[in-house]
Amino acid sequence: MSSDSPNVALFVTCLVDLMRPSVGFAAVKLLEDAGCAVSVPATQTCCGQPAYNAGDRADARAIARQVIEAFEGFTYVVAPSGSCAAMIKIHYPGLLADEPGWAARAEALAGRTHELTQFLSDVLEVDEIAAQYQGIVTHHDGCSGLREMGIKEQPRALLGRIGGLALRESPKAEACCGFGGTFCVKYPEISAHILDEKIDDIAATGADTVIAGDLGCLLNIAGRLKRRGLAVKARHIAEVLAGSTAAAIGEP
Amino acid sequence: MDATSSAFPENSRRALADERLQEALHRLADGFPARRREAVDRLPEFDQLRAQARAVKDHVLENLDSYLERFAAKVEEAGGHVHWCRDALEARQTVLRICRDAGARTVTKSKSMVGEEIAINEHLEAHGIEPVETDLGEYIIQLRREAPSHLIAPAIHLSKDQVTETFKAAHGEFPVGRRLDEPRAMLDEARTVLRKRFVEADVGITGANMIIAETGTAVVVTNEGNADLTMTLPKVHIAITGIEKVVPTLDDAVTVLRLLARSATGQDVTVYTTFATGPRRDDDVDGPDAFHVVLLDNGRSALMESDFRDILRCIRCGACLNHCPVYSAVGGHAYGWVYSGPMGSVLNPGLVGIEEAHHLPNASTFCGACEEVCPVGIPLPKMLRHWRERAFRARAVGATGRAGMRAWAFLALRPRLYRAVTGAVMAVLGALGRRRGRFRRLPLAGGWTVARDLAAPQGPTFISQWAQRRRERS
Ligand code: SF4
Repeated sequence: MSSDSPNVALFVTCLVDLMRPSVGFAAVKLLEDAGCAVSVPATQTCCGQPAYNAGDRADARAIARQVIEAFEGFTYVVAPSGSCAAMIKIHYPGLLADEPGWAARAEALAGRTHELTQFLSDVLEVDEIAAQYQGIVTHHDGCSGLREMGIKEQPRALLGRIGGLALRESPKAEACCGFGGTFCVKYPEISAHILDEKIDDIAATGADTVIAGDLGCLLNIAGRLKRRGLAVKARHIAEVLAGSTAAAIGEP
Repeated sequence: MDATSSAFPENSRRALADERLQEALHRLADGFPARRREAVDRLPEFDQLRAQARAVKDHVLENLDSYLERFAAKVEEAGGHVHWCRDALEARQTVLRICRDAGARTVTKSKSMVGEEIAINEHLEAHGIEPVETDLGEYIIQLRREAPSHLIAPAIHLSKDQVTETFKAAHGEFPVGRRLDEPRAMLDEARTVLRKRFVEADVGITGANMIIAETGTAVVVTNEGNADLTMTLPKVHIAITGIEKVVPTLDDAVTVLRLLARSATGQDVTVYTTFATGPRRDDDVDGPDAFHVVLLDNGRSALMESDFRDILRCIRCGACLNHCPVYSAVGGHAYGWVYSGPMGSVLNPGLVGIEEAHHLPNASTFCGACEEVCPVGIPLPKMLRHWRERAFRARAVGATGRAGMRAWAFLALRPRLYRAVTGAVMAVLGALGRRRGRFRRLPLAGGWTVARDLAAPQGPTFISQWAQRRRERS
């Protein structure tokens, strides 16, 4: 790796770290293939969204400070998740706005943080993807990525460069999947109802695979696809772009 | 109206099991959002209008006292009266007093959410005065003794058949065997009944979508024209509205009107837009002899001084309801009080207390669709989060959820311990789930697995594999 390759820290996200490391390795591969030097700070755990969204502001702040410390000193911070990237980029500055010393550090980190597909498309301007994929896919837009980060075209542009892949859009690609973090376990019936509409839309596209950029949405969607006995597979976009051979989510 | 917001989980389960309601909600979700989209696309300056309306509203909230005083002075100048009411009780008493002074036996009413907020119908009835709702949807639910389930489509939860049943039961004066299966026939029948009521009424009560400070005018929009008959036929017109509805000028009112119908139903403008200023003047052909404006605070001033001030910009268009996945799943009644959907989940805790309404801010996926469509840019998810923070501080959240959350945060703040604990759990789950790749059931994961399988973790965590890889490489 040359000394002028972009110096990127991967924010793995807790779900990828714990549930599906193959997404993390796919992200590393994509970044390295694009010429980045990738580091993975070892003191990272979680971005703090569970606490933040539960109204536990004190813990959310403490976690934010820990993330800031772990990720200072890198040119870029990249996360394979629209919602965790939004937490760092959009919410940390507000969370730490009145903490002397930390506000500026939060702003600085926010300025360097990107979601993976956004980083590949907009910053690195990747225009070649080596992976092949035989099949029809549909893309689900995770809410935070879409509405807070403005991620819409980037994943589609990248998927469009994969040989063999056909993208079939659902008119309701932007509809929420009903995950919502702890929402899905606090109000399981409502969540399941929203999720079923999502599943019906996905099924209606005729795609064999649903792709998204957030493992939260994907675990939710895959879990219901399996429960309903549908054959549609669910995969994180990083895995598809990197040509990962890991079994699809929820498959042995 | 007694709040049942604390029963939100039970309310919503009932709603999800109600097939007719589900059909109605599907019709709503297929209709309003698409029509709004088309209306917005037809108006290139929509976003600019939005910014303008937001600025108007923010400016008003900064200077609320002076605009309200100016409004009141103008109303008096035109020969009307303004009544300042701190809470629902004062507002009810004021309206009752005006009705009694007018010797009223029946009052007609056009749709008013503030009327719901102060439960004016129940109060008038209890004192021997009959209120008659004249908006078709409101009329239907009044016959059924139900509350509105949507800001602008109060009977949206009902099917056509239910309306037929209701009319057959209520309108004994019509032949029993009449055909009443088409909306047109229902409308005609309601018209016939209501025409008589319009003429009999002694007092007409309307809401006000806005009040204008420079002219002392109450602005009322409808698609049925019922507000016009309500305010012009009886001797007395009472407009009841919240203090946050004031705008400085007629021009400002027009800015808001241009956003309102487009955001609500996708119409460029409502069918009727009426500007009511004072009682009938000598050269007016019609109009009431007396004009009263009841200005309700009911917790709004307190919101002014809080994290929730932005919600006072709300123009009650209903777009946030129409685009909300949770509202679309359970409908308005599940929220258990007057307002529903995202705006209701922000407003109700402020008006009935967070203890009663603590579920509402929690029952959101934070998908952000509401904020995206709100014509006055209210950051609804942010405000829902503020309520969660208050509830968390007040320990109004469930003890188990709270303990679980704190335990997670405790671990997340201790990376070494976190690694040890999560690494061990994932290794076990990974091994247990390897054969099927997922779990149908798992201890402590019941909330998840009621509706969905849980994918098994792949095994060793990313961080541990990464460390391993580093060691091997070096
Ligand atoms: S919060 Fe915004 S979108 Fe919702 S009703 Fe009020 S103005 Fe309309």
